[in-house]
Amino acid sequence: MGTNLLVIQNVGRQIQGKWIWKHLNFELHPGERCAIVGEAGAGKTLLLRAIAALDPIQSGSIQFQGKGLSDWFVPRYRTQVLYLHQRPALLEGTVEQNLKAVYKLSMYRTLKPYPEQRSRILEYLSILGRSEDFLDLPYHALSGGEAQIAAFLRALLCSPSILLFDEPTASLDARTEQQFESLVRLWQQEDPIRSYFWTSHNPEQLERMTDRRLILKRL
Amino acid sequence: MTAYVLIDNGQLALAAMLILINLILSIVLQLRLEKQLWIASVRMTVQLLLVGYILKWIFTLQSPLLVLAVTLVMALLAGQSAIARTKRSYRGMFWNSFVSIFASSALMIGAIVTGIIRVEPWYNPQYIIPMLGMILGNALTGTSLALDRFTEDLTVRRDQIESLLAIGATRWEAAQQTIQEAVRTGMIPTINQMMVMGTVSLPGMMTGQIIAGANPTDAVRYQIVLILRSRQEPDLPRSELCY
Repeated sequence: MGTNLLVIQNVGRQIQGKWIWKHLNFELHPGERCAIVGEAGAGKTLLLRAIAALDPIQSGSIQFQGKGLSDWFVPRYRTQVLYLHQRPALLEGTVEQNLKAVYKLSMYRTLKPYPEQRSRILEYLSILGRSEDFLDLPYHALSGGEAQIAAFLRALLCSPSILLFDEPTASLDARTEQQFESLVRLWQQEDPIRSYFWTSHNPEQLERMTDRRLILKRL
Repeated sequence: MTAYVLIDNGQLALAAMLILINLILSIVLQLRLEKQLWIASVRMTVQLLLVGYILKWIFTLQSPLLVLAVTLVMALLAGQSAIARTKRSYRGMFWNSFVSIFASSALMIGAIVTGIIRVEPWYNPQYIIPMLGMILGNALTGTSLALDRFTEDLTVRRDQIESLLAIGATRWEAAQQTIQEAVRTGMIPTINQMMVMGTVSLPGMMTGQIIAGANPTDAVRYQIVLILRSRQEPDLPRSELCY
């Protein structure tokens, strides 16, 4: 199995005949915090989406835990390598209903039932400076930042090994941004294998939150 | 045999005049439907007159293969019409539509001729063709509406569906709500029709049989079998489409 969690080999992404990036090689070790940097349009989001198996790649291969992507059952893979959208779309209903929806998916049948997880969620919420009332907010009443928080909570319930953060704090105020970062640290400390990719336009945040960089240059 | 009033060409023309009322309405209210109304009525008349002759020939067919060929052509046309007026399309849409309609109609008509009405021989075109026509008609409406709703919903709810996929939902789970809505939409017209059947509307087949001299209580039985069968139709294509 080796010591690499994720191996990206020679991958390339082509849109309408034009390469966005190609010949990318990268290894992510367990517990690593990695930044993906590049100008706007360099394909940062596309790379995260490709790693999450949401977009196809036109060349190269991706391996997770020593197994090629094509050997994984994709939904199972996505529970482990989870992409968090820049502008998350939740389902109709309250935040809590959205969290509960995770437990209805077949991939999560083995999780402890939701009521047993609730205290964990409340703990996370208090780190984010929110009370229990947050769970009762309907989706349509959430601000962009609150939706990001709700989607992050949902992702945490899924307990992935790798989280793919796409500008996760773009719509958060400075205070919530800090709280968000502490929650990410806490989540990571819970299990030494947990690692993440992070994109941001804020160099200081990348300094704080990541140890390595993957630089995307425009071709 | 002919216990009914025959309609001659003059009478047909007189009936056609009635469409003039619609034409005038369209002009007065500026609905701009004149052209479509005109084309639709001409098409309808020509198609029906032709089909009268074709049916005459088809009913003489003695070979099961030929009858099956005719049903195949009908299903192909239905599959095509089902996708002709949907707003969005995707690659392979025709085949999805055709296979769904054909497979489900074949199942239904098969059950009717061999299990319920027990026609002898099973391929007797006089039974199979008109009944298949009705079933295909219903399947067509259901499929068309459901497909339209399905593709539209997939587009509108794209982000939601994708965010579910991103946390590990299977394709089926992620699109479940969309699928349910599509099937529901496909079933609405048929449920509505069933609700008013016999009170507001007397179905065409039954009316036809009655005018042709059949005992109304017998005609009703045919109609019920067909309706119950064809009502199950839109489900089948729908559920298949999801794959």
